[in-house]
Amino acid sequence: MKSAVVTFPGSNCDRDMWTAMRDVSGREPVKVWHGDAELPDGLDFIALPGGFSYGDYLRSGAMAANSPIMRSIVAAAKRGVPVLGVCNGFQILTEAGLLPGALMRNAGQTFICRTVALKVENSQTMFTSGYAAGEEIRIPVAHHDGNYFADEETLDRLEGEGRVAFRYAESCNGSRRDIAGIVNAAGNVLGMMPHPERAIEDAHGGHDGRRLFESALAELV
Amino acid sequence: MKIRIHVSLKPGVLDPQGRAVHHALEGLGFAGVADVRIGRLIELDVADDTSDAALTDMCEKLLANTVIENYRIEKAAA
Repeated sequence: MKSAVVTFPGSNCDRDMWTAMRDVSGREPVKVWHGDAELPDGLDFIALPGGFSYGDYLRSGAMAANSPIMRSIVAAAKRGVPVLGVCNGFQILTEAGLLPGALMRNAGQTFICRTVALKVENSQTMFTSGYAAGEEIRIPVAHHDGNYFADEETLDRLEGEGRVAFRYAESCNGSRRDIAGIVNAAGNVLGMMPHPERAIEDAHGGHDGRRLFESALAELV
Repeated sequence: MKIRIHVSLKPGVLDPQGRAVHHALEGLGFAGVADVRIGRLIELDVADDTSDAALTDMCEKLLANTVIENYRIEKAAA
């Protein structure tokens, strides 16, 4: 199992992501820099971490979506390589066109930083198989632009195809239909605003995020 | 050639920033403001032979997110 964490200028959750993946898989992920033109060969899992890539210039994730490494990541995702985008990583995945919709300024205008309850909507994805459908888990959020928007037709399609992975148990940031995380049609790309990598051990307030990495990485071992 | 790209939120997309500014205008005593929407103005200085198609491409690929935003390209008078 060979995994990678991508760092953009302004990423700040890359080390937490790296540690979570190492602890769960027992193998050190490769660190990839945004300016690298090519991904290392034979990757089984790619994570785009949270942060404020390129200072959120233009729109959150817009600049990173056009950085050199993203071309290789888009190609890898289309080949079926699993890609997880958390927070800014989710914003980058939508800007890169790997996931539908957009993440807008929180409806309340404030930065939200607290642990929230999430409902696992679909436990059949490769990222959520360690959870029970309908299970409520607690994962931290820390974002200013997490207000998920897509038109009604897209939302209906996402719901109909079981592509809503996580939903906020209580309204959090104004997201349409309280969507917190979605997968692509093929099921190998997950974007979510909450931070599972911040919930992998009880010493840090909970371990509900750990099963996401166990689900995703176990399938690849 | 000077180009102005006006980027605005699509109708129907909630603009919390605009709403907050609307409240602030009312708080200052300005009456009769029905709505406030906040957009972005991007000024480009491009080669004179830059085609309309290239400008549209710039908007579609980077300058606007067409999921939530509309854009309008304005060429400044020569």
